Amino acid sequence: MPVTHLSLRNVTRIYAGAAPGHDLHALGPIDLDLEKGEFFAVVGPSGCGKSTLLDLIAGLSLASEGTIEFEGRPIEGAVPAGIGVVFQEDACFPWLTVADNIAFGMRQAGLGAEESQRRLDHALDLMGLGDFSGAYPAQLSGGMRQRVCIARTLVLQPRLILLDEPFGALDQQTRLLMGDELLRLWRDTGATVLLITHALDEAAMLADRIVVMSARPGRVLEIVNTGWPRDRDSRIVADSAFGDITGRLWRSLRGESLKALGRTRVTE
Amino acid sequence: MNRAARYRILLVAAAIVLIELLCRAGVIDRLTMQPPSEMVRDLVVLLASGSMNGAMLKTLTNVAIACVLAVAAGIAFGVMIHGHRAVRNGLEPLFATYYAIPIYAFYPLLIILFGLGDAPQILIGFMLAVVAMIVNTLNGLDRVPRVLMKTARIYRLGPVATARKITLPSAAPYLLTGVKFAVAYAFIGVIGAEFIMSRTGIGYEISFAYNNFDNKTMYPLIILILIISILINSTLSRWEALLMQRRSRT
Amino acid sequence: MTAKAWLSAINSAILIAALLVAWQLLFAVAGPQAMAPPLQTFRYLAHLLTTDAFRDHLEATARAFAFALLLALLFGLAIGFTLGMHRFASEVIEPILVSFYSIPKITLYPVILLAFGLGLPAKVAFGTIHGFVPVAIFTLVAVRNIDPVLLKTAHVLRLSRRKFVMSILIPAALPEIFTGIRIGFSLTLIGTLLGEMFGAQRGLGYLLMTAIGLQNVELIMAVILLIVLFAASVSTILIVVDHRLHRRML
Repeated sequence: MPVTHLSLRNVTRIYAGAAPGHDLHALGPIDLDLEKGEFFAVVGPSGCGKSTLLDLIAGLSLASEGTIEFEGRPIEGAVPAGIGVVFQEDACFPWLTVADNIAFGMRQAGLGAEESQRRLDHALDLMGLGDFSGAYPAQLSGGMRQRVCIARTLVLQPRLILLDEPFGALDQQTRLLMGDELLRLWRDTGATVLLITHALDEAAMLADRIVVMSARPGRVLEIVNTGWPRDRDSRIVADSAFGDITGRLWRSLRGESLKALGRTRVTE
Repeated sequence: MNRAARYRILLVAAAIVLIELLCRAGVIDRLTMQPPSEMVRDLVVLLASGSMNGAMLKTLTNVAIACVLAVAAGIAFGVMIHGHRAVRNGLEPLFATYYAIPIYAFYPLLIILFGLGDAPQILIGFMLAVVAMIVNTLNGLDRVPRVLMKTARIYRLGPVATARKITLPSAAPYLLTGVKFAVAYAFIGVIGAEFIMSRTGIGYEISFAYNNFDNKTMYPLIILILIISILINSTLSRWEALLMQRRSRT
Repeated sequence: MTAKAWLSAINSAILIAALLVAWQLLFAVAGPQAMAPPLQTFRYLAHLLTTDAFRDHLEATARAFAFALLLALLFGLAIGFTLGMHRFASEVIEPILVSFYSIPKITLYPVILLAFGLGLPAKVAFGTIHGFVPVAIFTLVAVRNIDPVLLKTAHVLRLSRRKFVMSILIPAALPEIFTGIRIGFSLTLIGTLLGEMFGAQRGLGYLLMTAIGLQNVELIMAVILLIVLFAASVSTILIVVDHRLHRRML
């Protein structure tokens, strides 16, 4: 029996402009329900408000209208407990080693030394960072730095993990491998995952369900069910269903992308 | 030590040897400059005699005071105005042109206001150093990546915790740059002021020695100042480079 | 003028007004024995500029400054370009330049006086050693850090070395070189004035020193005012040009 973990009702975000009539309607209204433990992806054309959506869910920003509920409690501009976020930009602390970076939040949360060490070792192992625990972020590649950020999020055992285009800066092959790791983590932790990505194939490969957003102001155009088995990995890109799903996403999205680019005419 | 450093030492050594030879050959006459080897010998004698201890103490104390004041005031002021666009924009022209203005020109004014004690030297050192500290503090605070501030909110850190654990470590290399400049400027300011008009300090001793045709005292003191200045600066530079290295994106 | 330029100008006007008010307040506190108030100083300066004696001093400073600036630019650009084009040489010599930048150059003044004697050559030498270093360093860095893709483009277009330097290297490096020139300008002025504050018998620096001896507060303030006005206004113009040049950089 699927349990609703996160629900958005009529969520809208409007940025007030300098003059009346110059408000920026960035997002919504959006209605969305995420089930507990599912892997959910958000795709949409640039500027449709994907990152704004993430800010709202994380409590970093306040919705202009509508309600967001996480585990039955409303999110209103404050970051609730139990949510982890991996940002698009590199959020590693350059002055701390990999190990200290990952351990950062645990000290904050008042975790005991023994439990912290256990979780740290587990995370290092899980993300393949064991050999680099004493290194500084500047010595690592982009992909490894993102792994550090993911590890840092994981050790606090969040129940909902938000990722905002985490692999945007990486090359395609690294992304596919990181996708595998993300799936492994998802299964391992049993968390609900919300992934924002501009890469349709990434969404098609990783998610249980994908929401396609319209051009700004972003609204829900369509929700695609992939029906993948839980123990999938990147090799499903060979499956014929993968091509169908990706094609379906692009069919919905192409018109919106053109709109976002500024063309008004959409040729069939 | 890498190749470039070795060549550099050779180059400097060669230059010194050249001067030594020119002095000994009489091409550079004694009235202008004695041979470098004698300068070094005289410096050792001078330091051993302890006659310069008072002056050295005075100079270094004044530099330290000017520096500490400048760093403290600079950081405090920088932090204060950092978030306030309007104030920063207002002061921008002042910061931009500050180092174009001969601050030394104000020295006579300071002497008239405060007399011929330590205050004018310290003030000149302070005035030269403080703006560099402010500008670098602002730069450091500006450069804290937004994503790190977002991360602080995700961890639900309060303002003090955010400042301590994220803002300060992130800005640290740039603050160190500011300190490096503040030290250099405080040094330049105080010594320069002592030189121009003062009754104590190494700068004064150099000036006094010059006026009394006392090359034997003057050159060793000049060398002493140069050595101290270069040592302090390269130490701070190396520390700064170390901190910055951790930021460079490979 | 664009709205932004207007805002900037108003900003500066407010800042200047605030400084004048601060000056007046300081005078109210310090008294006429220690300072002169703004209006009086401006009037006195206007009067001085009509007198031959003052104009003589002004001319002496201007001449020394012009020579020093010319030499600073010549040496700075030559050194900067040469080193910029030879990576290893720049690795060896740049730290020496940077060290030279941070030492209190006033301690070298007696050496310069002994080498050049009193008068114009010493002043010019002093101004030059202050000014050539930033020109050299900025030029060196600008030339050395030219985008490699521009070099490749020049190869592909089979440009001669001379053509490459004139049509690609210099335009690409110009913004940073100009920043060095701008800073060099200010430092040369400071160095020249500093040099005049002793060992000279003419010039604004010399005037400043005699004014202290005579306790002539009005004269001190008028000279400071003139120097500050000149330095600030030229510096501002150079900054505007600097910004324009940098705007077209990617």
